[in-house]
Amino acid sequence: MKRLRDFGILVVLLLMGGTAMGQSHDPVNLNAAGATFPYPIYSKWFDEYHKLHSDIQINYQSIGSGGGIQQLKAGTVDFGASDMPLKDELLAQFSFKILQFPTVLGAVMPTYNIPGVSAELKFTPQALADIYLGKVTKWNDSEITSSNPGVSLPGNDIVVVHRSDGSGTTFVWTDYLSKVSSEWKDKVGSNTSVNWPVGLGGKGNEGVSGVVQQTPNSIGYVELIYAIQNHLPYGMVKNSSGKFIKASLATVTAAASGAAAMMQKDIRVSITNASGADAYPICSFTYLLIPVSISDATKRDTIKGFLHWMLASGQGMVEALDYARLPQAVVGIEERQISQIQ
Amino acid sequence: MSSSASAAARAPSPGAARAFLRRLALGDAITHIVTLIFAASIIIITSLLVYQLWVNSVASRKAFGWHFWTTTVWDPVFDHFGALPFLYGTVITSVVALLLAVPLGVGAAIFLAELAPPRISEMLAFMIDLLAAVPSVIYGLLGIFVVVPFVRTELAPFLETTLGFLPFFRGPSYGVGVLTASLVLTMMIVPFIISVSREVLMAVPRDQREAALALGATRWESTIRVVVPYARSGITGSIFLAMARALGETMAVTMVIGNDPKVFTSLLAPGYTIAAVIANEFSEATGTLYLQALIELGLVLFLVTFILNGLARLLILATEQRAGARV
Repeated sequence: MKRLRDFGILVVLLLMGGTAMGQSHDPVNLNAAGATFPYPIYSKWFDEYHKLHSDIQINYQSIGSGGGIQQLKAGTVDFGASDMPLKDELLAQFSFKILQFPTVLGAVMPTYNIPGVSAELKFTPQALADIYLGKVTKWNDSEITSSNPGVSLPGNDIVVVHRSDGSGTTFVWTDYLSKVSSEWKDKVGSNTSVNWPVGLGGKGNEGVSGVVQQTPNSIGYVELIYAIQNHLPYGMVKNSSGKFIKASLATVTAAASGAAAMMQKDIRVSITNASGADAYPICSFTYLLIPVSISDATKRDTIKGFLHWMLASGQGMVEALDYARLPQAVVGIEERQISQIQ
Repeated sequence: MSSSASAAARAPSPGAARAFLRRLALGDAITHIVTLIFAASIIIITSLLVYQLWVNSVASRKAFGWHFWTTTVWDPVFDHFGALPFLYGTVITSVVALLLAVPLGVGAAIFLAELAPPRISEMLAFMIDLLAAVPSVIYGLLGIFVVVPFVRTELAPFLETTLGFLPFFRGPSYGVGVLTASLVLTMMIVPFIISVSREVLMAVPRDQREAALALGATRWESTIRVVVPYARSGITGSIFLAMARALGETMAVTMVIGNDPKVFTSLLAPGYTIAAVIANEFSEATGTLYLQALIELGLVLFLVTFILNGLARLLILATEQRAGARV
C-alpha cells in the first residue's frame, strides 16, 4: 500500500515536471533516421544538445543507411544519415535537394588469426586485393611475405571472411580495394554489399571477428571502433606515400586533411587511399543528409544551430567514443555549406 | 422429460419461450459471423502479404522475369540478381534438418507418450516446451560457440574419412556451413515435433491400445501398428510446423551458415538462405532494383513454403489412401 502511494507521488511529480518544462518554450521535435555506425555518437550529441536546449528533442532511429534514405525520400523524417555519400543517380530520385554533411570519421582494418604468428603484419594494397579476389590463397605467398621480412608465415590456405550484412564498413573496404586494384573495380566494385569472389560472411563486426577468432588462418576486416574496444589484433596497411600505417584516430584524421582540398569542389569525395605521409588509407566519413530548403522556420533554425554546434563543441566529444574527428579544413567547408540551408 | 419440465418451469408463457428461442438463434448468428470474420482475417492477411510483395517487386520482376529463379549471381554493384543460391540453401538446410529431426522427434514423442513413467514424461514435456520458447539468437550463439568448433574439429574430419566418397562430404570445412546450419535448425525444430506429437499420441483413446493388446499384440506392435497410425495426422501437423520454422528461420541460420551465395554440393561448404539474405541486406540496400530484388526474394520464399506444404500434404494423402486400401 505504501509502495503504491510512493509510486503515485512519483507519477504526480513527473507530470508536474513535464508540464513545467513544457511551459518555457514550444518544444521542437525533430526526427531523423539512418546509419547504425555513427549511432553511439549521434545519440550522445542529441542528448547533450537536449541538455543545452531543453526544448529541443531530436529522435534518431538507427535503422541503417538504406532505410534512412528511404524515409527521407518519403518525407517521414526531417533529416537522414548515411555511411555512403549519395550518388547523383540516387539524388535524382528525390523531389528536393539534399546537402550532405560529414560528421565523424571511421576506419576499417584487416584483422587476422594465424596460429603461431603474433607479429603485426604489414599488408600492401595489392596483397589485400589479391587475397579478397582469391588470387593469393596461401599465407606464405610472396605478396605477403615480401612486406613482412622476419615473420615466418605458414603455408596454409587463407580463409577469407567478409561482412554478410549490408554495411558502410563493407562500402569503405570495397571502395578502397576498387581504388588500388583495377581488377577489383571491374570485377567486384564497391557497395554496402558486393558479390564476393571468395570467402565466408559474418553478420556485423562481431560476426566477422567471431569467425576470424574461431577459424585458424583467417583474415577479415572490422571497424576501427570495434577493433579498439575489443582489443583485436590488426595489421598495418601501406598508404599512397609508401609508408605502412597503423590505423588510429590521428592517422584517420590525417587522411581526411589530405582530402580537404578536393572536398571544396565536391563534399562527397572518397578519402580512401588519401595522400599524406601519415594518412591511413582505408577510412571514410559518415554523413548527415539535410534538405536544402526547410519550410518550417523553427525546424530550420534548430537544424542549423545543431550543425554549428556539432562542428564546434560536438567534435570535442567524438574521440571519447573512438571516432576520429573532422580536420579543421573540413569543418570550414561544412560551415559554409550550412548557409545554403534556407 | 425432466429437461422439458424445467424448461416449462422457466418459461411460464409461450411468448417468453419464443423470445428466448429467438435470442438463442440470434446468438448463433452472431457467433457465426464473428468467427467467420476471425477466420477470414487469415485469408485477408495472407492476400495482403502476397499483394504487397507482388506490387513492391515490380521492377525486379520486369527486369529478370523467370530468370530470377535460375540465376546464380547476386551482385548489388552491377544490379544483377538471382534467387537460386538462396532458394537452394533454404530448401537443403530445411530438408536436412527435417531428415534429422523427424525420426528423433517422433521417436522421443513415442517414448514420452507410451513408455515413460507419467512423472518423467510430464517433467520432460515441460523442459521441451521450455526449449521451444528459447529465442533463436540463443541457438545461434550455441551454434557459434559449440556446434561450429565441433563440426570443424570432429564431425567434418570424421565425415570426410567415412563418407568422403560421397560428394556431399568433401572439400574444406570451416566449421560454419550448411551442415552446421542444419544441425542448429534440427535442435530448434525437434522440440516442436516432440511437444505436439506427444500431445496427439496421448490423446489416442485407451480402447485402441487395449483392443490391440487384447488381440495379442505386444506393446511395441500396438504402438507402431495402432497408436501411431491413429495419431498420424497430428504428427504430420507437427512436422509442418517444424518445416515452416526451418524454412523461415533467420537469425540462428545466418550466424552459422557462412553466408556465401553459391550453389554447393558439399554439405560442409558455406551457403546462404532467403530469410538470412533479406535480414542481412535489407537495411542497407539503397538502389531501387536491389531493394525490389530483396522483396521478390520474400515472394519466392512465400511460394516455396506454399509449394512445399502442398507437396507434403499430397504425400500424406497418398500414403493415407494406400494405408486405407491395405486395411
